[in-house]
Amino acid sequence: MAIEVRIPTILRSYTGGAKVVEGSGDSLNELLSDLDSRYSGLRARLVTDQGALHRFVNVYVNDEDVRFLGSLDAKLNDGDTVTILPAVAGGAFGFAAAAAILGHRAATRAR
Amino acid sequence: MLSIDRSIIDAIVAHARRDHPDEACGVVAGPVGSDTPTRHIPMTNAARSMTFYEFDSMEQLRVWREMEERDEEPVVIYHSHTATEAYPSRTDISFAGEPGAHYLLISTRDPEVEEIRSFRIVDGVVTEEPVRVVDATVDPNAVQSYMFGQSPTTVDYECSGR
Repeated sequence: MAIEVRIPTILRSYTGGAKVVEGSGDSLNELLSDLDSRYSGLRARLVTDQGALHRFVNVYVNDEDVRFLGSLDAKLNDGDTVTILPAVAGGAFGFAAAAAILGHRAATRAR
Repeated sequence: MLSIDRSIIDAIVAHARRDHPDEACGVVAGPVGSDTPTRHIPMTNAARSMTFYEFDSMEQLRVWREMEERDEEPVVIYHSHTATEAYPSRTDISFAGEPGAHYLLISTRDPEVEEIRSFRIVDGVVTEEPVRVVDATVDPNAVQSYMFGQSPTTVDYECSGR
């Protein structure tokens, strides 16, 4: 089962410069493990030590943000395209406060 | 150094002033590899906050795809600080995920003064760079035209030595 994965510039050091790679898996979690077996270190840039999707990246299945599809549990099908983009965020706030806001936003969206 | 057309800087500053006291954010796209910002794309601050900005993830996907179709890349990623200096915060540095982009910061803390600074942020290391604002003397939409035969007047903002 082939899923096309679009890699952002900042992570292409893991894919030998490749912009598009292929992987397989029934869920985003499986796909990232599959990719990590060939592109070692890639998964750790996307998934935290606690096993959640990193807030510094946006991951999409086709046209949908995976945060609306169950994050790492998002189901994948043959022929899907997964796009990874760096989240663009920041601001004058301290990091802890910003993280709290983001966490709150994610929780609100999930409801 | 970031070279950017005066008309684009004016549009960015106008966006930042308009959204004040919330932070404003956006992108200036340019042809891949050109290092020339040509197409200003104001983005929605999904956080709608005075101290935080965040691109809406769906708008970002649309805009990033559009850039790819046009063989463009984000040459400039900008946002405003509305009460503090135009220098990247720790949050800005943590999130900076486009190593090829110029991170442009605009401070709107003084309604009269344009405070514009540009940075490279790679692997958590911030390097300030001068901003060269180019006054296109012809059609402000034909940003590249001055590079081929026009003699633009320029304004150089030097780094403030930080």
